[in-house]
Amino acid sequence: MRAVLAIQRGGPGQASRVDSFEVEFEPGQSVLDGLRLVRRDQDPSLAFRFSCINANACKECMMLIDGAVDYACTVRLKEGVTTLSPLPKKALLRDLVTEIAPPDERLDRATNNGAG
Amino acid sequence: MLPETATTHLKTDVLVVGAGGAGMYAALEAARAGADVILAERSLIGRGGATVMAQMTVAAALGEQTPDHWEHHLADTIAAGRDLCDERLAAILCEDGPRRIREMDAWKVGWAREDGHIRQVQAPGHDRPRCVYVDFLSTGPAVSRTLRTRLNDASGIRRIGDLLIVDIAVHDGAACGATALHISTGRIVTIAAKAVIIATGGLTRLYRRNSASSNMGGDGYALALRAGAELIDMEFVQFFPIGHLAPRLVGMDPIMWDPFRYKLGGKLLNSEMREFEESYASRDIRSDGRYVLTRDLATYAISKEVEAGRGSPAGGAYLSFQHVPPDEIRRAFGPVVDRLAANGIDLARQPVEVAPIAHYHMGGIRVGETLETRVAGLFACGEAIGGANGANRLSGNAITEAFVFGARAGHHAALHASKQSIVWSPDAVGPTMDLLRRATRRDTPNTAAVIASVQSVMSDKVGPFRTDGKLRSAIESLAAIGNELGSDPIASSPGGVDPVLVDWLDLRNMLLVAQAVALPALARTESRGAHQREDYPGLDDGWGIHQIVELAGAKLNIKALSRRVAA
Ligand SMILES: Cc1cc2nc3c(=O)[nH]c(=O)nc-3n(C[C@H](O)[C@H](O)[C@H](O)COP(=O)(O)OP(=O)(O)OC[C@H]3O[C@@H](n4cnc5c(N)ncnc54)[C@H](O)[C@@H]3O)c2cc1C
Ligand code: FES
Repeated sequence: MRAVLAIQRGGPGQASRVDSFEVEFEPGQSVLDGLRLVRRDQDPSLAFRFSCINANACKECMMLIDGAVDYACTVRLKEGVTTLSPLPKKALLRDLVTEIAPPDERLDRATNNGAG
Repeated sequence: MLPETATTHLKTDVLVVGAGGAGMYAALEAARAGADVILAERSLIGRGGATVMAQMTVAAALGEQTPDHWEHHLADTIAAGRDLCDERLAAILCEDGPRRIREMDAWKVGWAREDGHIRQVQAPGHDRPRCVYVDFLSTGPAVSRTLRTRLNDASGIRRIGDLLIVDIAVHDGAACGATALHISTGRIVTIAAKAVIIATGGLTRLYRRNSASSNMGGDGYALALRAGAELIDMEFVQFFPIGHLAPRLVGMDPIMWDPFRYKLGGKLLNSEMREFEESYASRDIRSDGRYVLTRDLATYAISKEVEAGRGSPAGGAYLSFQHVPPDEIRRAFGPVVDRLAANGIDLARQPVEVAPIAHYHMGGIRVGETLETRVAGLFACGEAIGGANGANRLSGNAITEAFVFGARAGHHAALHASKQSIVWSPDAVGPTMDLLRRATRRDTPNTAAVIASVQSVMSDKVGPFRTDGKLRSAIESLAAIGNELGSDPIASSPGGVDPVLVDWLDLRNMLLVAQAVALPALARTESRGAHQREDYPGLDDGWGIHQIVELAGAKLNIKALSRRVAA
């Protein structure tokens, strides 16, 4: 089966564009599986966040999937077009990656109030 | 991306690299001993590694369920380790385990209880019920949440996510900090520290079928090697025998079948729908006829069935609960039944397919009893260290190890730092800064595809069953991949979050670490625990020794070390 991932891309302050990638998949595979296939077979510069892949434990892969906030690792690929875009209420870093770390776990905080 | 030339410089007493169970415990304990701490994590604090993904049990001789003593736990650990445990480290693990489990209990992790005591269950390889857990399949998330909360409340700890440590800085033979890439901005960050703790977890991402997160390519082993530290027992990679294979199961830990199998007596079947474990159990000297295979033997049994042409369609074995009444399945699996249904799986009607997947690394950084490496001021803990589990790890020992060695490394690193002033030299970070600044934009090779090819080489040739020919060919292939990759980092676009640059830096580590597994595997001409040589079946008493790997220039050296010699 074939899925088309229409992905909003670009960095902060840039005009965003949509790149579409076609991936072949087996029923049951996740959107994250599809994104990883895109990187491996087509465009390694595509940026998205994830760590745990199968466990749905890291909670890093949240994005807008067909307009709804969801985890890329739990939503299944489907035939036809799936649109992906970054979380709208978080600062954009690149492509599907947004700043999701709690403020006191960020570098700028560590630099500003560091003890040393 | 071409990292920005701008850099940020930070200073601290103790730098902890990696925020899993070991790193978070190390940071807490170092701060408790009065040190100023930076906890650096390439992903999010407490979310990037194995700890948050673990769903099962944690072993400690609490004696809550049945009388127990840490020495019984030690005896089981050593027996499972196939006579290759570093007994000093194993003893520390078993003796300190109960204290840390109780400390976590006091911090409200929520260990499952019954009749007013902490519930302990029996796991394979243990002589009695010894393993605690958090319902429902929540051990790792609960542990991570608890430690994160403690970190929030502690003072003196700066937590920094998205900070990829690229190299440890060494000056005059002592660790003095690190160089890092801040992934979200592309900035280079240098950190001066009086002591550094590597708590980066394991290396199972080197394999195609694994239970790993994307951050488990073995960074810490490469960091240690390049800093001048030694690795030990690197040939022993544990394969989890019944990792989930098919149908595609998303949103769940691939090793989740284990507790249910033991709770409900799930049956392992080959393509003839015949149970086969018993015929391998008789070979286990420890099984005394019981229906219990330790992990290395179960991996062996399934692989041999597949090899004999009796594998399931996806290349593993069937795991069946069809003999169990549906309401019993519901009682045991609870809400998990619904999660399985969402994946189109009904256990009362169909078996699932399982296969050995790379799951844990017994080997690792060589440390002494204070968790210090041979490089002054460089400590390591958690899955990143080697020795405590010998040639095969008992289930439940890994999280205990993360707590116990994490706390101990934190304590000793703080002690070391208290006697030390900051020694900083730009030369200590110069080569790594140069490396990062050499990043150039190139379209080939595709770094993500190269990672997949490393995983294929490792799975096909350095998997659980090895031969001289396969290992030599792996070593050659890995070298060829390294040449293709080149010595200048590949970047894709300016600014932050460059997945190509991160891949390249990961590959720099993965290729080195893959060689550090393959070389001692080639040298060890016997089969022991997780290291099985088809051309050298059976344990050879002459091989009751450790192998040490070190980096000399660009070359990896292997040294043999008699087991009793202390570090
Ligand atoms: C799916 C799964 C289930 C498991 N179940 C169990 C179980 O039930 N019981 C048990 O005892 N054991 C279990 N294990 C093993 C156990 O979870 C691990 O051995 C243990 O959690 C390791 O803890 P750690 O802190 O050493 O490493 P991790 O928890 O892996 O943490 C390492 C951290 O270091 C970070 N890091 C890596 N490289 C860098 C770098 N260069 N710079 C900055 N940060 C870096 C990673 O992102 C990660 O967050 C399981 C493992 C897995 C994968
Ligand atoms: S990849 Fe970890 S929750 Fe989705």
